[in-house]
Amino acid sequence: MRDVYVIGVGITRFGELWERSFRDIGIEAGIKAINDSGIAGDDIDALYIGNMSAGAFINQEHIGALIVDYVGFASSSHIPAVRVEAAGASGAIAFKEAYLSIASGMHDIAVVGGAEKMTDIGDEMANAIQGMVIDQEWETVFGATYASLQAMMARAHMEKYGTTREQLGMVSVINHRHGALNPDAQFQREIKLQTVLNSGYVAEPLRVFDMAPLSDGAASLVLASGDVAKKYTDNPVKVKGIGQASDTISLHDRREICTMDATVHAAKRAYERAGAKPADIDVAEVYDSSTIAEIIAIEDLGFFDKGQGGKAVEDERIALTGEIPVNTSGGLKARGHPVGATGVAQIVEIVKQLRGEADKRQVKDARLGLAHAVGGSGATAVVSILEGSQ
Amino acid sequence: MKAGIVSYGAYVPRYRIKPEEIGKVWGEDGAARGKGLGISSKSIPSPDEDVITIAVEAARSALLRAGIDAQDIGAIYTGSESHPYAVKPTSSVVAEAILAAPDMTAADYEFACKAGTAALQNVFGLVETGWIKYGMAIGADTSQGAPGDPLEYSASAGGAAFIAGKEKIIAKINGMYSYTTDTPDFWRREGQAYPSHGGRFTGEPAYFKHVLTAARHLMELDGTEAKDYDYVVLHQPNGKFPRRAAKKLGFTDEQLNPGLLTPRIGNTYSGAVPLGLSAVFDIAKPGDRILVTSFGSGAGSDAFDISITDEMERFNRSAGPIVEDMIADAIYVDYATYVKYRKKIRRKGDAI
Repeated sequence: MRDVYVIGVGITRFGELWERSFRDIGIEAGIKAINDSGIAGDDIDALYIGNMSAGAFINQEHIGALIVDYVGFASSSHIPAVRVEAAGASGAIAFKEAYLSIASGMHDIAVVGGAEKMTDIGDEMANAIQGMVIDQEWETVFGATYASLQAMMARAHMEKYGTTREQLGMVSVINHRHGALNPDAQFQREIKLQTVLNSGYVAEPLRVFDMAPLSDGAASLVLASGDVAKKYTDNPVKVKGIGQASDTISLHDRREICTMDATVHAAKRAYERAGAKPADIDVAEVYDSSTIAEIIAIEDLGFFDKGQGGKAVEDERIALTGEIPVNTSGGLKARGHPVGATGVAQIVEIVKQLRGEADKRQVKDARLGLAHAVGGSGATAVVSILEGSQ
Repeated sequence: MKAGIVSYGAYVPRYRIKPEEIGKVWGEDGAARGKGLGISSKSIPSPDEDVITIAVEAARSALLRAGIDAQDIGAIYTGSESHPYAVKPTSSVVAEAILAAPDMTAADYEFACKAGTAALQNVFGLVETGWIKYGMAIGADTSQGAPGDPLEYSASAGGAAFIAGKEKIIAKINGMYSYTTDTPDFWRREGQAYPSHGGRFTGEPAYFKHVLTAARHLMELDGTEAKDYDYVVLHQPNGKFPRRAAKKLGFTDEQLNPGLLTPRIGNTYSGAVPLGLSAVFDIAKPGDRILVTSFGSGAGSDAFDISITDEMERFNRSAGPIVEDMIADAIYVDYATYVKYRKKIRRKGDAI
């Protein structure tokens, strides 16, 4: 396997981008990443796109063909385009597939894109589409929603480990604090714990401010083999190891619901491939589709012991000023969560951190970064570890 | 000679419900919802009130104040999104009720919340060209909010009528400007009982874009600034939007408050700007200048630059009820009474 590097990143502002179309934002992110890398369009060998539900959100399928056409390569270089769908892990797996295509020697340069346009339809319909990632026959039919499954995990975690409502709320507070420092974030303002605790219920005990928003947005990466990377940048970010794992699609079939086994196994594989351990990680982007999801993630990734995640959040050990800054971008909660783009946006943030380009939210001397994406309620997980060259 | 407003009349139903009472039923913090919307209570039509009765009340007040012969009214247009009939006009019933029929024309308008101001523009046109002597424009609604929908906290009832003419003008029109786009922020299809809306999409790309553009452009055309006006009346779907829009346009709370009724009576839709303007007419003095901008989802805004004339001194304002008195004359009801009055309880013999 060859070494693979990230040599370019691009991201749009996340939010309710009502004036812009899916292809608009996809192209913006792609062009930004290509410009950032310094490559020419002709150099690109393949395109990998993470997208969850364009068919349902904007009635458009065949996303690979759409994007490769609108970035201008369909009728010139005729490069292959692959669309990857794995719910919230779509972008992360698109990244992994592009990585594999270069590591295997098949391609030298691949562009990864992630995009979702979720606000062109009403909130109720958008929530219903997001809910398609859980088991329709064994969960949805019986009244479960994505949020209600998260709520069950929260209840179980509170019961088993004494995690408090306030600790859940602090996840949101810290992510908003970080989002306020990110000019591309959907929500760039700090919030008070009381705001979280007073917001309306989505599924008890989770409230509106515990949940990631509906968002539009796109993100993109340029990946290259080692010899190619050297030609374009003296600050490449190495992909040290990627791990992907699966678990049952239904929450009720899981071994246990206070842990996402998919995350545990994906992390184990990624750490092994990267030759790293949790304590080596300087900065992480984790999948906070809800506040409980972040608490479970920081435990499953090995940053804190199982059951100690809530306390770690309360003590702000995951804040920018803490020992392991998590979600410096604002996370899904504050940066926004255009589902297919999320996994790619996480890598964009890690690369910025490892290059020392994260501005006001820069983690000092960040060398090793981790990105963690989840599909559904925990059926799919991807953990990627990247290393800066500084 | 130019057409202007020669009279006005308003009507607000007496019944009110508070957000706390609505929230109680839906397991929500109604007080917080009300605070978020800037609404402390909303008006409810009684069981025997609808857009026609509200329009007639307002029209009668306008006629009494003007002291003109109803037979001289050549056109009645009623703007509403809750006309009692899908087919069969509100305006013809109003015309009969106020004895203006039959030697006249009538039609109903619909443009979400701005149908009343659209009607006003049209009667100005007919009067100014000399086709008719007087024209009446009415904006009235008994607006629909689905049970449990956020709209239920705001959708209310009320209306106002204006008579346009060329003689004894109390308010002259310095300028008008309209701004229209295809922006699907809020809609109700034929046969549907309740409207759908795009949540926050009803804000920036809809309300604010249209209201601010129309108001700014009219001030540009008329060479005015916010400080040149004594009052500003903006469409008021809640208590927050008009305040933010007014601030963005450079108006103060003092200019806005007299015509901002939604915090106390809810969103009267097509009645909102007409009622706000009526409340300002209730207190305005000769020389006062008013900037008015309506908004209708779908979407568009009509802006008017209006000046009160000396005729207002002689105008018989006391011949009709003033808006603030009607707002103060309130009877608060509980949610059960509210759903009964709004005919949301299905009774024996009712259609399923």
